Amino acid sequence: MVKKAAERFYLGLIFLFLYLPIIVLIVLSFNDSKSRVYWGGFTLKWYQRMFRSSNILNAFGTTILITLASALFATLIGTLAALGIHAMKSRGQAIMLGATNIPLLNADIVTGLSMMLLFVRFTKLGLSTVLVAHITFTIPYVILNVLPKLKQCSISTYEAALDLGATPLYAFYKIQWPQIRSGVFSGFLMAMTMSLDDFSVTYFTKGAGINTLSTMIYTEMRKGIIPEMYALSTILFFIAFLLLLVMNFASSGREHKKIKERRRT
Amino acid sequence: MNKWKRQFLAGPYLIWIAGFLVLPLAFILYYALSRSDGSLTLENILAIASPVHRKALLLSLRIALICTFFCIVLSYPLAMILNKIRSRHQNLIVFIFILPMWMNFMLRILAWKMLLSNNGVINSILEFLGLPGIDILNTPTAVIFCMVYDFLPFMILPIYNSMARISPDLIEAARDLGAGNARVFFKIILPLTVSGVVSGIIMVFIPALTSFAISDLLGGGKVLMIGNVIEQSFMQEYNWNLGSGLSFVLMIFVIVSMMLMNSHDKEGGGAGIW
Repeated sequence: MVKKAAERFYLGLIFLFLYLPIIVLIVLSFNDSKSRVYWGGFTLKWYQRMFRSSNILNAFGTTILITLASALFATLIGTLAALGIHAMKSRGQAIMLGATNIPLLNADIVTGLSMMLLFVRFTKLGLSTVLVAHITFTIPYVILNVLPKLKQCSISTYEAALDLGATPLYAFYKIQWPQIRSGVFSGFLMAMTMSLDDFSVTYFTKGAGINTLSTMIYTEMRKGIIPEMYALSTILFFIAFLLLLVMNFASSGREHKKIKERRRT
Repeated sequence: MNKWKRQFLAGPYLIWIAGFLVLPLAFILYYALSRSDGSLTLENILAIASPVHRKALLLSLRIALICTFFCIVLSYPLAMILNKIRSRHQNLIVFIFILPMWMNFMLRILAWKMLLSNNGVINSILEFLGLPGIDILNTPTAVIFCMVYDFLPFMILPIYNSMARISPDLIEAARDLGAGNARVFFKIILPLTVSGVVSGIIMVFIPALTSFAISDLLGGGKVLMIGNVIEQSFMQEYNWNLGSGLSFVLMIFVIVSMMLMNSHDKEGGGAGIW
């Protein structure tokens, strides 16, 4: 009994450690006083101000645009790549997978800086450079989600369909696609999460005046913390929460966690 | 489409990594090995030995090691307890402990900055209890605190997963043969979770070693990690050659630590990518 109580206590402690900061942020987002300690009554004014701040809204818009666009592109290129890699001989596969691992293993700061060096040589930093950078580091997550699915399904069904006169596209759509669909979907979601959470790569590849939420919060925080940020945190926390619930509903959650765990191994 | 032709589906990807992965790394290498006038040199790489840079690198290594240590110490018992829970809510409970990982990285830093500040919540609670306040903002301690908070789920998850893979039959068999709790732990659980710990270490140690945002925001410019030195040499001093040289050294550290970890993970334990 004592042991069980001790275990519960330990769980509680870690839970507090993980959630206390988030809870404090949420509570302060409704606090009428600017103080970080005293409760000045309930208010929604920080939310109103947040929705009036062009700075925050622009960053929000840019983030959504970059996240969706990069995840879509990464999913397209990554899925095609997985199909191609799957057809390669083991030597070709090893080389391609080695290259795929580089952005996963490398330090974010080096990934970001190396691309910045390339971009400033040939073009100006702007929105498109951030987009290209995000696509680059999210493709591996798509490949690593799709390839295991491809390995599970037998190629002979696909080849049989071809022998029976199906066009390659039709055979792919009817036979392979249903089997890899869940992998493509979780790859897409993972690419989105990675893009959404990125700071370092965006920071180095963005042009002046372009901000995602991460870089905007960084710049604001260097000036000092404004209560609008608490409101933003609360909203983003619940978005993350909802997204995860959806992911678990799509039952791809397990796959997702597994790959995330392995990304640096 | 036959197998040979299907390989070409990887074509766009191949072009993409050639242009946006290999070429950028070649740029780093080029800048690292040259002066601003284009002549070849090793001084940007050797610059790591200068006192300021060496100090930054050692500080980064120390912070990353301490952070990794605390993450292991906190996560291991947690993973064991989570694994013992036999309820249909088990997945939900694990989910709760992983959820903070999906909250924006910057906002997690913001939360700690606010909690630790002089007129922040932690100090007010201490004051209320009549205890002396803590003044750790702008010190390495604050950076470590925030890093442990940030990276803890990345340690919990692999350890938890490696424990979940241990077959209960093994433990039962050991008990039937007379092993006590300690023996079961040291002979079965610990060896079978080493791979999980190793992947956890990699996922915590490398981001901690190379991070610059946390030390920048919570260190108030006083905690200079190697990431900060690199960032400043690019964004403030515009000395791209020096920055690239130091980035190159950092890459070597990443590769070496990766190889060290992987050599301890020979049996694989299912933690490898394939």
